[in-house]
Amino acid sequence: MYTQGLNAADKAPPAIEDAGRLGAFQARIDAEQKIEPNDWMPEAYRRTLIRQIAQHAHSEIVGMLPEGNWITRAPSLRRKAALLAKVQDEGGHGLYLYAAAETLGVARETLVEQLLSGGAKYSSIFNYPTLTWADIGAIGWLVDGAAIMNQIPLCRCSYGPYARAMIRVCKEESFHQRQGYEIMTVLARGTTAQRAMAQDALDRWWWPCLMMFGPPDGESQHSDASTRWKIKRFSNDELRQKFVDATVPQGHYLGLSFPDPALRFDEATSHWHYGAIDWDEFRAVLRGDGPCNRDRLAARNRAHENGAWVREAALAFAEKRRRKAAA
Amino acid sequence: MTLTPLWEVFVRSRNGLAHKHVGSLHAADATLALAAARDLFTRRNEAMSVWVVPSNAITASDPDDAAMLFEPAESKIYRHPSFYEVPDDVGHM
Ligand SMILES: [Fe+2]
Ligand SMILES: [Fe+2]
Repeated sequence: MYTQGLNAADKAPPAIEDAGRLGAFQARIDAEQKIEPNDWMPEAYRRTLIRQIAQHAHSEIVGMLPEGNWITRAPSLRRKAALLAKVQDEGGHGLYLYAAAETLGVARETLVEQLLSGGAKYSSIFNYPTLTWADIGAIGWLVDGAAIMNQIPLCRCSYGPYARAMIRVCKEESFHQRQGYEIMTVLARGTTAQRAMAQDALDRWWWPCLMMFGPPDGESQHSDASTRWKIKRFSNDELRQKFVDATVPQGHYLGLSFPDPALRFDEATSHWHYGAIDWDEFRAVLRGDGPCNRDRLAARNRAHENGAWVREAALAFAEKRRRKAAA
Repeated sequence: MTLTPLWEVFVRSRNGLAHKHVGSLHAADATLALAAARDLFTRRNEAMSVWVVPSNAITASDPDDAAMLFEPAESKIYRHPSFYEVPDDVGHM
């Protein structure tokens, strides 16, 4: 999902840890106890969480770009206010998550540095362009819908600060999805051209959204430990299926069709069966070769550089006041 | 790389309730920390009042001492009203 990059194996050498402590730690996890920042934890648990939470945070931050692109062109004041509020929420989600990662002993500045240098991963979905206003509807409905599927089980994650951040995030996500679906509803009931715009957005976003859940089970190298540690509660394929089952009827309700000739309802399993996902495209986007990867990183770097004088001035002013107070 | 100080944020959601820890943020000074806390944690009417405290001003108990500190209370059930028997006829007490 927002942490697709975790599917690469952790290259650090395994730490040598006391078997008794490891056993006691796993027993706490098995008893559904939350792990808190200063508690002892295995190095691999700490490293996995830092990577996962950081990738999640980066995704929220980069995720502001495709939608931010449409704030000045929203078709009405109502839509503009909603989109501004949504994008501001995503910025907030990024900050909650960086703060949660910091409780594991890594500085936010270090994480931001990793994102800006291109060394860190974020969700593949934000490397696709927002070509029309209907894309804003499709993102809210589908991208936030997929994010909710992933984030709800994370509210029960074994690491306390991450779970608490996810609870705040989930409370805010529901409006994101609903405002997106409302946009799609209005377009789907509109003129022929508006209908076509809604259909075109669904056609372009559907497959990338299914890729958000990450590679199929079995190819995911991090799942075992994450499941044992109760960081991950459902597999990639389980979450993807839940998303398809929830979303297909919503699309049909709008009179839209999905760009998947193999899509059909399976009476026996009561699930929507979907066709093959193009994993080559997924790997290319994750590697940095998606339609907007370079653009997104350049935009983040520009924003960071343009804000540098503000950060420096604030620190200088704080320091001046400290010296005055001390004198 | 410049590091801005870390602050813990506490929010009183309604008058009559205690301030509750809601998270942390970075800011150069207390004024900016309050402004950021307002933007980050109170966008949906969550607050009547906000406190920000420099994180390094908080002294916390060590999790390894949790047993020593808190287990002694577990065996002292006589500190709770339900430990004592009062005849039913006496009514609510
Ligand atoms: Fe979000
Ligand atoms: Fe969202």
